[in-house]
Amino acid sequence: MTTLEEVRQRVESDAKSNGYYLNPDPEVLRHLLEGLRKNEERYDYPSCPCRLAFESFELDRDIICPCDYRDPDVDEYGSCYCSLFVSKDVFEGKIPLKPIPERRPNEKQIGPHIKSAKAFTKTTAVKATASIRKSSERGMKLFYCRQCGYVCFREEPPYLCPICKAKRELFAEVTIS
Amino acid sequence: MQTITVPGKNSKHRVLLYALSTCIWCKRVKSFLRENGIEYDFFDVDLHGEKEREEVTADILRRGGRLSYPTIIIDGEMLITGFKEDKLREVLEI
Ligand code: SF4
Repeated sequence: MTTLEEVRQRVESDAKSNGYYLNPDPEVLRHLLEGLRKNEERYDYPSCPCRLAFESFELDRDIICPCDYRDPDVDEYGSCYCSLFVSKDVFEGKIPLKPIPERRPNEKQIGPHIKSAKAFTKTTAVKATASIRKSSERGMKLFYCRQCGYVCFREEPPYLCPICKAKRELFAEVTIS
Repeated sequence: MQTITVPGKNSKHRVLLYALSTCIWCKRVKSFLRENGIEYDFFDVDLHGEKEREEVTADILRRGGRLSYPTIIIDGEMLITGFKEDKLREVLEI
């Protein structure tokens, strides 16, 4: 079982290597680390404490901490959605820490929990299921960062390159002929 | 769906909070309501099964909300997504 201390160390070292800081409020930080620990315990992976997991690795992959949305969120707002990772300015109190909008698309949040919601969101539901089905049929692709050469294997390129912070537009698909 | 009622001296408005037990902003909403003596009902969606999750999903979507937490429904008509302190103060008249 992962301990709170292990979660803390993992998150601290991730923040350090990416030039981020952790939430300056010890109470808030403890609550978030505890949330990550709890999620790892119940789902087997540390999914985001502030988002509802589907308990399916495939559907939750983009919200496993650090989530796909962290880098663009810290870049734009100075904090990730949960406020676990913050920028230097936020950490030093130069910019106030505020709730930020959810960047994860609503379709991903709806996922398979849709049966009873069908009547109200028929088109969204159909689209969401279709896109999930399509992605697993289509499988994943290889993308590389044209700036630093970082390669990843996923459905779509990341918002920001985790290595050199190049924007998504700088990614290209690797085609093997 | 079995919600939990947190009593408060101000029960002028009916407040229903859909939350996650691990979410920091949900926790902030809970403390905000408590500190202001607002009576509210809450439901921690992550602690419940498929059936209840679907009920919550349906309820939020039917009201035109975005599916994220915290979602606060006031008097069964006004839906607020996220911890928006100013908005809450305005609607709850505090
Ligand atoms: S929002 Fe923050 S805490 Fe939540 S998964 Fe993303 S990086 Fe981790």
